[in-house]
Amino acid sequence: MVLCTLARRFVGPLGTIIIKCKDFRIIQLDIPGMEECLNIASSIEALSTLDSITLMYPFFYRPMFEVVEDGWHSFLPEQEFELYSSAISEWRLSYVNQEFAVCPSYPPAVTVPKAIDDDALRKVAAFRHGGRFPVLSYYHKKNGMVIMRSGQPLTGTNGRRCKEDEKLINATLRAGKRGYIIDTRPLNVAQQARAKGGGFEQEAHYPQWRRIHKSIERYHILQESLIKLVESCNDQTQNMDRWLSKLEASNWLTHIKEILTTACLAAQCLDREGASILIHGTEGTDSTLQVTSLAQIILEPRSRTIRGFEALIEREWLQAGHPFQQRCAQSAYCNSKQKWESPVFLLFLDCVWQILRQFPCSFEFNENFLIMLFEHAYASQFGTFLGNNESERCKLKLQQKTMSLWSWVNRPSELSKLTNPLFEANNLVIWPSVAPQSLQLWEGIFLRWNRSSKYLDEAYEEMVNIIEYNKQLQAKVNLLRRQLAELETEDGVQESP
Amino acid sequence: MEHIRTTKVEQVKLLDRFSTSNKSLTGTLYLTATHLLFIDAHQKETWILHHHIASVEKLALTTSGCPLVIQCKNFRTVHFIVPRERDCHDIYNSLLQLSKQAKYEDLYAFSYNPKQNDAERLQGWELIDLAEEYQRMGVPNSNWQLSDANRDYKICETYPRELYVPRIASKPIIVGSSKFRSKGRFPVLSYYHQSKEAAICRCSQPLSGFSARCLEDEHLLQAISKANPANRYMYVMDTRPRHRVQSWWATQKDIGRIIVRISSKIWNDEKIRESDEKKRLNAMANRAAGKGYENEDNYSNIRFQFVGIENIHVMRSSLQKLLEVNGTKGLSVNDFYSGLESSGWLRHIKAVMDAAIFLAKAIAAESASVLVHCSDGWDRTSQVCSLGSLLLDPYYRTIRGFMVLIEKDWISFGHKFSERCGHLDGDPKEVSPVFTQFLECVWHLTEQFPQAFEFNEAFLLQIHEHIHSCQFGNFIGNCQKEREELKLKEKTYSLWPFLLDDQKKYLNPLYGSQSQKSAVLEPNTVSFNFKFWRNMFHQFDRTLHPRQSVFNIIMNMNEQNKQLETDIKDLESQIKQRKNKQTDGILSKELLNSVRPESPALKATLSLKEQTLLPVNDVLRTIEGSSPADNRYSEYADEFSKAEPAVVSLEYGVARMTC
Repeated sequence: MVLCTLARRFVGPLGTIIIKCKDFRIIQLDIPGMEECLNIASSIEALSTLDSITLMYPFFYRPMFEVVEDGWHSFLPEQEFELYSSAISEWRLSYVNQEFAVCPSYPPAVTVPKAIDDDALRKVAAFRHGGRFPVLSYYHKKNGMVIMRSGQPLTGTNGRRCKEDEKLINATLRAGKRGYIIDTRPLNVAQQARAKGGGFEQEAHYPQWRRIHKSIERYHILQESLIKLVESCNDQTQNMDRWLSKLEASNWLTHIKEILTTACLAAQCLDREGASILIHGTEGTDSTLQVTSLAQIILEPRSRTIRGFEALIEREWLQAGHPFQQRCAQSAYCNSKQKWESPVFLLFLDCVWQILRQFPCSFEFNENFLIMLFEHAYASQFGTFLGNNESERCKLKLQQKTMSLWSWVNRPSELSKLTNPLFEANNLVIWPSVAPQSLQLWEGIFLRWNRSSKYLDEAYEEMVNIIEYNKQLQAKVNLLRRQLAELETEDGVQESP
Repeated sequence: MEHIRTTKVEQVKLLDRFSTSNKSLTGTLYLTATHLLFIDAHQKETWILHHHIASVEKLALTTSGCPLVIQCKNFRTVHFIVPRERDCHDIYNSLLQLSKQAKYEDLYAFSYNPKQNDAERLQGWELIDLAEEYQRMGVPNSNWQLSDANRDYKICETYPRELYVPRIASKPIIVGSSKFRSKGRFPVLSYYHQSKEAAICRCSQPLSGFSARCLEDEHLLQAISKANPANRYMYVMDTRPRHRVQSWWATQKDIGRIIVRISSKIWNDEKIRESDEKKRLNAMANRAAGKGYENEDNYSNIRFQFVGIENIHVMRSSLQKLLEVNGTKGLSVNDFYSGLESSGWLRHIKAVMDAAIFLAKAIAAESASVLVHCSDGWDRTSQVCSLGSLLLDPYYRTIRGFMVLIEKDWISFGHKFSERCGHLDGDPKEVSPVFTQFLECVWHLTEQFPQAFEFNEAFLLQIHEHIHSCQFGNFIGNCQKEREELKLKEKTYSLWPFLLDDQKKYLNPLYGSQSQKSAVLEPNTVSFNFKFWRNMFHQFDRTLHPRQSVFNIIMNMNEQNKQLETDIKDLESQIKQRKNKQTDGILSKELLNSVRPESPALKATLSLKEQTLLPVNDVLRTIEGSSPADNRYSEYADEFSKAEPAVVSLEYGVARMTC
């Protein structure tokens, strides 16, 4: 499952297998004996290209650890909704999608405006791509503004409209307020989408909303970008000019900048302009989720904690129907013709890393946590990232048959490796810089196998030691102060009579 | 001063350098004899030293006033809008005059007075003693001695008086060799590696012409190789790259033919690798002009090595291009990287680093002595010698050792600081960021070896600040002889004691892992290890910086730990005292009273500490620039934030230091 591509080579009796992994590692095995080599290679190939999901590792994995908390039940929609419930009088949890009939890529429970009943939701679903009617993604407690997400409206060439859709999204606006619709596609792409039955919200029908078009790339463009970047990072011999021009040509950092900029814009609308927003692209399962989840990282302190971030992944990626199975089927070493492979989730993690670098004390987790999520999204012994949406996961009975990643991660022994020693809760909104000079290549992912990190690791350890020592000293000073104070009062008692 | 016509202008706007919507701060601009000062409505001060000004530009008049753009040598760029054109013109003219002085005596250092007496000042100048440094390295010894040949600057004006040469090199040999070398800069010792017994020597290019040879020079090189008992084989590193051989060929066909003959001879030499061929041709071209490189036939036991570091003019225009790119408003990622590539800046940095690594390896792995030269032996040679020594010797990675290194390989060996930094109104073609590149190489090393250096990035930035500030005497002038004539030690102050006093600011909290502290550094120069030095080139553009600095927090924590350790000792001794008293049981009242007054005072200091320690952390952790107005998300961002008070923070500690 970890395998991306495999190559065989023979020199005399010595066979060589080169395994290129999804986490960008390249392993070379020298095997004496041509036959053994061929056998091993074909076994590896067969095992890495299983036809059925149910034959994959998570279905056979037997955990060697004690489950303290079952991760499958760690982040239930009801609990998540309750976090908001004190502040929400306008929203309700709807089970209209209980049987996955209204929208196959939505979970059974979604949050919608209270004023809209389930029948109306069904009508709106018919008007939105993939049945993805607008649902609540984030509620900004500070001013009650919200982020909603959906699929594109199916206006088509003749400008179809849907009264229920207009009513639904207007129901989220306060009287006299305007909102913003962020379309993650450029205007011309959105216009072209009309020919295929898609489209965008016409001003005439949504007068209280202002539309903003951004351009976040999708699918194979991102995949090609990743392939180019990894190829360049693996070439140790190239000169400076070639490295810089290849880094530029990969466009990876351009994508990062575009996604971060859009997320900042969304956060800005909410926090600074006091306006609610609706975000969608075409399907609403890729760039839309990048923007909604990153906006929450910027705005919401809870999403910068370990549990909060896990809840965010669960809510905004898994429940929201990001097709992990399709997107992460192959990684950088495989340029397959199937167009649905795309490093959408990796880009999201990279953006989080960029913010983490700029606010190194505001996150409870460290870089390793992000790297761990990247690895498990692409290949894992846990069932969490299997399937493309909740509906598929239910059919696979993952909860019964596999272990959740969160069950494993949320144990103290694991958490200690993933915790940021510098973390100090920061309740402010954090605005990252998106200037090219502030964005960096994520070396922990892309140069991980190409450089020695010995000195950097040692420095990190030293930093942790200083912090630990500081805690010890502070505790000791406090203890001694207390002792001294006690002695002083004793003296005082002795003295006073 | 006679140049200042207007000393104060009100209602001046300071524009945000990167804002696309011309966001600005309004305040008052003051012009003093040494600084330009801007105080905004929030009383935030921006100090700009006149000597830091690289260029002043008056742009076309706009409806809001007259724009004045000032670019500084420390990479600060400020954009003012002065309401009245006449004020703008006055300031512009004054700054033109004040930023380019004609005489050394008008530089800031000659008027700067940090309130020290003469004894203190002299002590400051004696802080770094190079004789002591050579002793530390282990010279003089049985193979190397101090030569008095240049005691009166008679042989070489740009060298220091004290020079170390092989013991067997007699004075006539030295004199003979110096006549054969450009500017008289004959081979002398730069660094001696005690345990390997190998030496780094430096010189300028030989004036060898076509057939000319110099027996004394050959003898001197022999003497250097003999002074190394560990390995008789030595390297001569020519740090220059291939020239524009082609254009030269076109115009000099006759000489070209001769060169073909010579090069065909070299072709037959099996020792020569193909990659060196073009570099050789270049040196060949130089040789035709009467300058060049050593003829290998005349020197035995010598391996010639060419490394390609470009000349000062290429470096100057490279930096110029880099600054153009990163000063662009609304820069895209692709423009940034293609600009970074076409500027060639990182390629040049890598070339210097590669040369230094070659040098360090020759000494550490082969125990071979190395002679380094370029053309005049004061730019590239200084870069390579000092960086090579830094890789080899952990002493140079300490705060004090780094000062010594700069004094030795840069100041004393005549790197032309005044010309390269443009201290005076002189030939702009002599200006070049050679020393800046050295600092950047060191910064790259600190990135790869975070625990190997006693100092931090702020130290490098501060030194960079002061090579241009002309506030201290160290970097004024182009060589030691000139500095003596200027009587700098009597009339100005040395920078180093001031940096040492402030040492706390420049300490690397992670310094000290044994493995990195003592080892010879072997950096990896694969291209992806070289990064744009944002904190240098955008030092004053706070919006581009990370909002929280791990480094500062750890540095503070380290300081705090020291404080806590002493607190613990204090507290423990107090507790002990009290316990003793209690066990003594009966105490006379007088004794109690005599102890009493102490404790409230102590308590007060303790509680004070509690209060002072924690807020420091809070300040560090505060989020700077939490206003989205600081960032350029989209055209919408500007439209949104009309009511937003713009937060432009130009102060960065350094400017305050210099006032």
